[in-house]
Amino acid sequence: MARPIPRNEPVKSLSVSYQGAAASSTWRGLAMGRGGSDLVIAVLLGLAALATLLFGEAYWLLAAQVAITMIFALSVDLLVGFAGIVTLGHAVFFGLGAYAVGIASVQFGWTEPLSALLLAGAVSALLGAATGVLVLRTRGLGQLMLTMAFASLVYEIANRAKPLTGGADGLQGMVVSPVAGLFEFDIFGLTAFVYTLAVLIVVVIFAVLMTRSPYGRSLVGIRENRVRMQAIGTGVQRRLLSIYIVSAALAGIAGALLAQTSQFVGLNVLHFSLSGEILIIVALGGAGRLWGALLGAVVFTLFKDRLSALDPAYWYFWLGLLLAVIVLFAPKGLIGLVDRLLALFRSKEAA
Amino acid sequence: MSAPILETRALQKNFGALTVAQNIDFSLEPGTFEALIGPNGAGKSTFVNLLTGLVQPTSGSVILDGEDVTALSIEARVKRGLVRTFQINTLFNSLTVAENVILALDEFHGQGWRPLPSPSRRRLIRDEAYEILGRLGLDPWGNREVRELPYGRQRLVEIAIALALRPKVLLLDEPAAGIPSTETGTVIEVLENLASNLAVLIIEHDMDLVFRFAQRITVLVQGAVLARGTPDEIANNETVKSVYLGEGIHA
Repeated sequence: MARPIPRNEPVKSLSVSYQGAAASSTWRGLAMGRGGSDLVIAVLLGLAALATLLFGEAYWLLAAQVAITMIFALSVDLLVGFAGIVTLGHAVFFGLGAYAVGIASVQFGWTEPLSALLLAGAVSALLGAATGVLVLRTRGLGQLMLTMAFASLVYEIANRAKPLTGGADGLQGMVVSPVAGLFEFDIFGLTAFVYTLAVLIVVVIFAVLMTRSPYGRSLVGIRENRVRMQAIGTGVQRRLLSIYIVSAALAGIAGALLAQTSQFVGLNVLHFSLSGEILIIVALGGAGRLWGALLGAVVFTLFKDRLSALDPAYWYFWLGLLLAVIVLFAPKGLIGLVDRLLALFRSKEAA
Repeated sequence: MSAPILETRALQKNFGALTVAQNIDFSLEPGTFEALIGPNGAGKSTFVNLLTGLVQPTSGSVILDGEDVTALSIEARVKRGLVRTFQINTLFNSLTVAENVILALDEFHGQGWRPLPSPSRRRLIRDEAYEILGRLGLDPWGNREVRELPYGRQRLVEIAIALALRPKVLLLDEPAAGIPSTETGTVIEVLENLASNLAVLIIEHDMDLVFRFAQRITVLVQGAVLARGTPDEIANNETVKSVYLGEGIHA
């Protein structure tokens, strides 16, 4: 006897869907599936970026921060949302990337920003490879503990290595050359904004393509059913290590952008609270959907900025309250909310 | 008789003082359909796990197509053509039927590391997936999520995934388990139509199924081979009869 089919959910809940026979090339088709939410968010974010660029002079620096957080969130979503690897220590890669460009500039005079970005990505990728081998041997809570442990280790090393990192005082005197030899980092943050935005766009395109590739789908397969993936001939361990390294590199690039645009590196870039925050951002936006993480990064950063201005003493309280409400009413994150709104809109239109 | 495609030599597995596989010599020829039977706890699943590499033997070796694969990983054995299905469904339930097969096809074609999508390739793989689904009569279900399918059909998806990997040896772990008797027919039909050069080892409790299809039967009891032979030989074997007393073998 066939089991009853639950049919009350209007939208599919699994990330990464292949395009089925249902028409998806049309607007209408897109709006019917999850692709619709992605598109809506992409368009909204694009318009917001454009509006900020044209009219939001006062917000350019904040916008650069948002873009950096988005890249960082994307790196964590690839790991947590797609491959199902848990981490509470991803700030280690973000921080290492920041320190890599900072130290390269202060100690070695490596001030060219684009090549320094690649350097940061490479350094973080190396650490990702080294720790990933160990982290991926464990799963669940053990994995969480290991990522935290490595992050604490590196934090403490950075704290003690004062001559190199400046310790608790932070790394001062960082110099960054003009981007492409033309665009000096200005006090309004126009260069910072456009520069981070450009990197963000490249990273997003990369991530979107990757998650739609056979490689990206195999990661989801591993998250959903590891044993089955092994049984179809997947080298699960190596596949997971590869995404761990990619994710570490992206986090490193995000950290490097922060260092370059603020021309300062403080210990907070390695701190545990940042690892927690970025995980919250991904959950807030909706894990495993890319555009969810991006939306989460925008909302979180803007709220944090606004709340800390309105109520400097207790803003964390309000932030907590906001998160609790969102988690209660949108368990699949903000993008889940967008899904539902679109479904509502569609059913109204059909009626 | 041709050279065996799969062989075990003196395969032994101990868990402490407990022996779960005892000096098993086994061989499977291409194109044969062999059944592995035995009472519960006889070590059938352990034997399959030893073959696939999930469990490492204490001693002895597994030889696949002339190559000693004892030290190889699960996935390396799969790549060499040793493919299994699972006793309980281990499908990607929230993916569609076609997507389940596509995942396997991607791995088979070495696309698993490909970090960029390719729409033209995708169509080819999709067609191939539907070709396989067609063989199992699953093509009308291709676009449905696995969890929407009746259980019997889900079991066929297991087989479709296995076929996508072009196996030389197919290990079927109770392919008819949990299927209502009205639906076993489909599974049987499918098994009958498997490629003729494929070696199949089926673990099955349904003796009707076993005696109807198996060309050879191996009886495993307490981790050791009790008897091997044709269905007739096994059905008339007194020791086997006594082991299965009350379970009723009818051939």
